[in-house]
Amino acid sequence: MSAMGRWLRKLGVLLSREKFSGELNEEMAFHVEQVAKEFEGIGMTPEAARYAAMRRFGNATQLRERSHEVVEFRAETVAQDIRYAVRQLRKNPGFTVTAILMLALGIGASAAIFGFVDAAMLEPLPYAQPNGLVDVAEKATVFPRSNLSRADFEDWQRMNKTLRSLDAYTGTGYLLRLGPESEPVMAGRVSDGFFHTLGVQPVLGRDFRPGEDKPGAAKVVMLAYGTWMMRFGGRRDAIGETVGLSGDPYTIVGVLPQNFVFQPRANAELWTPLGDKNGCESRRSCHDLYAVGRLRDGATVEMAQADLQQIAAELAIQYPGSNKDQGASVQPMSELIVGQVRPILLTLLAGAGLLLVIACVNVASLLLVRSESRRREIAVRGALGATPVRLVRQFVTEGLLLAAAGCGAGLLTAACLIGLLKALMPKLMLDEAPFVRNVGVNAHTALFAGGVTMLAALMLALTPVLRLALKDVHGALSEGGRGAASRFWRRMGANLVVVELTIAMVLLAGAGLLTKSLYRLLHVDVGFDAAHVATVQVMAPETFYPKSENWVHLYPAIRNRLLGLPGVQAVGITSDLPVQCNCDTDWIRIAGKPFHGEHNEVMERDANPEYLATVLKARLVEGRIFTDTDDLKHPRVTIINETMAKTYFPGEDPLGKMIGNGNLDATSMRQVVGVIADIRENALDDQAWPTEYFSIYHEPDNYFALAVRTAGDEKALLPDLVKAVRAINPNLGVNEEITLVEQIENSPTAVIHRFVTWLVGGFAATALLLGVVGLYGVVAYSVSQRTREIGVRMALGAQRSAVHRLILKEAGWLTGIGIAAGLGCSVGVGLLMKSLLFGVRSWDVPTLAGVAGVLGLFALLASFIPARRAARVNPVEALRAE
Amino acid sequence: MANKPELMPGTLDMLILQTLKRAPLHGYGIAQSIKRISDDVLTVEEGSLYPALQRLLLQGWVKAEWKTTDTNRRARFYTLTTAGRKQLGVEVSKFEQMVTAIGRVLRDVEEAR
Repeated sequence: MSAMGRWLRKLGVLLSREKFSGELNEEMAFHVEQVAKEFEGIGMTPEAARYAAMRRFGNATQLRERSHEVVEFRAETVAQDIRYAVRQLRKNPGFTVTAILMLALGIGASAAIFGFVDAAMLEPLPYAQPNGLVDVAEKATVFPRSNLSRADFEDWQRMNKTLRSLDAYTGTGYLLRLGPESEPVMAGRVSDGFFHTLGVQPVLGRDFRPGEDKPGAAKVVMLAYGTWMMRFGGRRDAIGETVGLSGDPYTIVGVLPQNFVFQPRANAELWTPLGDKNGCESRRSCHDLYAVGRLRDGATVEMAQADLQQIAAELAIQYPGSNKDQGASVQPMSELIVGQVRPILLTLLAGAGLLLVIACVNVASLLLVRSESRRREIAVRGALGATPVRLVRQFVTEGLLLAAAGCGAGLLTAACLIGLLKALMPKLMLDEAPFVRNVGVNAHTALFAGGVTMLAALMLALTPVLRLALKDVHGALSEGGRGAASRFWRRMGANLVVVELTIAMVLLAGAGLLTKSLYRLLHVDVGFDAAHVATVQVMAPETFYPKSENWVHLYPAIRNRLLGLPGVQAVGITSDLPVQCNCDTDWIRIAGKPFHGEHNEVMERDANPEYLATVLKARLVEGRIFTDTDDLKHPRVTIINETMAKTYFPGEDPLGKMIGNGNLDATSMRQVVGVIADIRENALDDQAWPTEYFSIYHEPDNYFALAVRTAGDEKALLPDLVKAVRAINPNLGVNEEITLVEQIENSPTAVIHRFVTWLVGGFAATALLLGVVGLYGVVAYSVSQRTREIGVRMALGAQRSAVHRLILKEAGWLTGIGIAAGLGCSVGVGLLMKSLLFGVRSWDVPTLAGVAGVLGLFALLASFIPARRAARVNPVEALRAE
Repeated sequence: MANKPELMPGTLDMLILQTLKRAPLHGYGIAQSIKRISDDVLTVEEGSLYPALQRLLLQGWVKAEWKTTDTNRRARFYTLTTAGRKQLGVEVSKFEQMVTAIGRVLRDVEEAR
């Protein structure tokens, strides 16, 4: 008969299974009956004849099964296995629920983190053909990636041969006038082809036209989608309207798509063309732009790098005063955006992976315990004719089923976790990593979860199979389920729990190091007193305050007004608040020292006298602080920080020294009048930088920050502060009101460190719980297996305390080995995540010791309960039970 | 059972087909017939006939139908089909080839001795 015929017959049997079984049974019964008659014929009693006939016939159950197997589809036995597995799992709801929960946790956590990694690594840029985008910047000796000057940018744009287009961007702020009050808004200034280079098209209106970024061009603006919706009610006729930006009329020409985000300027509400050159942009030596380029077909990042480097070298020869030592920096755009978060994501992925391993090991040891207690069942099934293959298949099926259920639950968990993480993720981090918005359970995540599940299933299936293969079925049946085999379990289970404890130790150590590093970060010596200081940013529109003289008058007006507020002790005015960035730098030259055109880059901060003295309470090392007479009518003076004194005046007294710009222009010359201890101006985890402070009356700006020291609650002062400034002139833009303490705690470095610490801490806590539960399981099981042994010991006179010690010693060994192995691995792991640690070495002894102590304590607790139970064994009962 | 030769693997199907060549039989009859004709030399674990019969049915080499026996009992009788007859020819010739070959090897060994 053809394969088709066979298949049809199988199908026929499948559809009338009852009939098939009935007929087979009848036929076989008839056979046995006939044989029995034969035996009766030679004089046996009917009963003896029946037994003899059954013996001659063979194992009826097994034969029936074999007959079934002949006509069954392969899938049918699989279905049978699954049915049986489901029944097994349903009979032990405690085991099943625990196992599925653990797997769901492990798979869910790793799939969720993988979702983020996937989004970051695979689709970091929400633009068309993102692989062709490159980040272009200049390279200075101290800054591997520094801003471009406008003149350099224009030359690079014109002269390069490897880029299809090159466009510049920079951040700026405008006072947006809508209604009675002006509000400062963040904006991006870009060259005309910027959006075209990114491959972004406006959803409404038009893109900037070529030439619209030239000085003197008509003023136009494009709106971010959110701005259009929030501030213009999503009206389509907003296009063509005129809006006042810092007093100038701008025509709205377009609206960007809803999903558009440009990470380096994520907070921009408006986009304007570069247009008129500001003071900085008219000089080739002043750098305030970055650029993004799109590679020509066939061009690589390396080719672009070489191309632009060549141009930079030509410009350095042409303009040595401004361009000496200025190179080019080209990297894939994705590197700019993902480079920062990659180590964080990889750390988290590793953490989640370790958690998954713990979960799997826990489930595997649960399965082992179960296979121990199922030895008799297995032996019986074996004796009834189940082939070893069939038995193994049963376990594999159970493992697969558990893993599949765990995978389903895990995907749900992952979806929840991703939602939770996105909600918890600070706004700032979302801006840093725009790809996060796209994270969700998708094909990639599901595929990952599936792969992880297969691995878990393999492990779950193999553990009991290995266990089975190592012992003979008949032994188990006769032995009655105790003795030698449990020694195997003790060894295997114990090894597994050591793995768990080791991993728990590693995760705890990681969390410990991160926590300590966060603590160190938040307690870094910032060099100022942040308590009781409220801050706001103020922007004075040039239409009302067109000249620097106006600004100079504005400062005392604000100061006097705020001093009238209750509790206010001092009003500081500064160009930049502390703990910001390595920004606003200046190139200096010290009079009387050899100079070869090198770029001595220092940070520049402008402040009024009170800011340094009474608001930040900076420590004066020598000389003096500014006074109110350090103004335009008096010669320029500067105060430098200790790092600058050490860097540029080693072994000499900087007081009285003269500093100027590269050409030592007379107007740039200033005298050092004071040295203060370092104030943390840049990120918390950065190195202190040479910094010079100017009197704000010498370097006035229409955009500045207020820092107000109060005797009372600084948070409560914030609204009054805003009101008081607006009361001076409603056209003053006031925003970003925040206390200085919050400012430090919410600084990007702190936020990111805190986020990672919390997550890894969560992993570690879960790992600790799972590991300790695993240990408890192993010890408790071992006690239950050794009840008889303990009974004998006690009957022979062992003290309860000795039994206690016996069990605790076993647990102690396991814990000890786990902790020791974990310590070794922790140091390695600490080295791997060095880039995330601040002020802590990866082998920080107090952290490791503390963590080991915590794990040891929990392990002791977990083994204490079974040990107590062991010590309470009643020897009489224990022995009688056998 | 231990002192009787075990049935060579794979020959059970052939023996069943051969037995059915004479007349349709039920399972017990097949077992009896094999035993009788082989002078009790060939004994099978009688139950193992049934998985084998299912195999033959599936291949379409035998047909089964329920009939009543002489003693008025219902029993399943197996009949050889045309395909079964052909298959028997194939198996017998394969078996004979093998036996001849084995015999030759055994003789060769004796002569060499």
